[in-house]
Amino acid sequence: MKLQKVVQELNLTVMTGESLLEREVNGGYAGDLLSDVLANARVGNLWITLHTHPNIVAVASSKDLAAIIIVNGRTPEADTLRKAEEERIPILISSSSTYIVVCKLAELGIR
Amino acid sequence: MKNHEISEVIKVGKAQVLVYELKVEAAMTTDVITINPQDTIEQVREILKEHKISGLPVVEGDQLAGIISIEDLIESLLEGKMKERVGEKMMRDVVTLHSDEPLVRAINEFGRYRYGRFPVIDRKSKKIIGILTKGDIIRCLLKRLQSNHYEDELRRYRAGHLFEDIVSDQSALVLKYNLEGVSFERAGEGSSRLKKNLLRLGIHPDVARRITIASYEAEMNMVIFCQGGELIATIGPQCVTVNAVDKGPGIPDVERAMQPGYSTAEDWVRELGFGAGMGLPNIKNCSDEMNIDTKVGHGTNVQFRILTKK
Repeated sequence: MKLQKVVQELNLTVMTGESLLEREVNGGYAGDLLSDVLANARVGNLWITLHTHPNIVAVASSKDLAAIIIVNGRTPEADTLRKAEEERIPILISSSSTYIVVCKLAELGIR
Repeated sequence: MKNHEISEVIKVGKAQVLVYELKVEAAMTTDVITINPQDTIEQVREILKEHKISGLPVVEGDQLAGIISIEDLIESLLEGKMKERVGEKMMRDVVTLHSDEPLVRAINEFGRYRYGRFPVIDRKSKKIIGILTKGDIIRCLLKRLQSNHYEDELRRYRAGHLFEDIVSDQSALVLKYNLEGVSFERAGEGSSRLKKNLLRLGIHPDVARRITIASYEAEMNMVIFCQGGELIATIGPQCVTVNAVDKGPGIPDVERAMQPGYSTAEDWVRELGFGAGMGLPNIKNCSDEMNIDTKVGHGTNVQFRILTKK
């Protein structure tokens, strides 16, 4: 499934990477421990987190993740957005919690 | 929610970064055509027609006095007052921009007011030094995007041929990233820059990713525990060796530090999602060989090697 479809279905706000939404999503990883994500997320995954600081971009970029979904409607810091543009990482915001986001992704068939 | 507004105005990826970086002076037209308050509306008509523009700043002495636009001209035309002085017809409360402000402010102002142009004022001299329209902003952004793209392509081509072009029995390229005094927010920049260079050198993305993850973990360790250090990557034809060298407190019990989940990080570090006790184990998992050389009170060298050709 393409990112664009995920954005539509989950009603996500696209903060960065508007031009990168054609990418295929092959699964996801939810977690707020950065090393855990680095170790266990897979290339092309969506990452669901509550962090908003610039280091999330470094993690996503290191791992070539498809996008970051920030939960609970949190707003990323300006630095985070700047880095995300530089590193070409889409940052998407959901007003829902991690649990709800994961449930909705599962309903869409993203496992 | 400022960022939402910006992304609505310009949804072009890199352009979003550029509007923060570029200043109004980079986009404005410096060749400003102005008019005096004593001139007539008839003269405004002639100037607008000649230069194919839709508005004029009104200048008295060397200071901005007002602005007159094509809408004012139409009004005067309908009222049959083409001989009226510009000073009587012009708008006096002019919204202006300063030349040193970021473009993003200009974009916000265009969104807020429905004006077609803003005079640009020099902060010190208060004189008008330019004029900015939406067209100016779009032209400036397109130009910058084009040149950035071209530079990227050129660099990638040059770097990819490095090991083919340089002939010796043993060649290695050493890239050093100084992380001394790097703040927490900026941590990760060293490994991110390293990754870009590895890709430019033609290293397979999967291999580059492993090197980057290991380097990132090493970099975070140095920033969290040691106020920085040095990340030194030695890139050879067969493998990449990275040394993460710091003058920090050292690791008292390496065996324990290597156990997944063991961490000595402080609470504030953990709140940001670090300090999971998985940094060193992650480095080990990503690399083909790993060594830790440490002395309590003196510092640590975490060395790891990743084969680039199997």
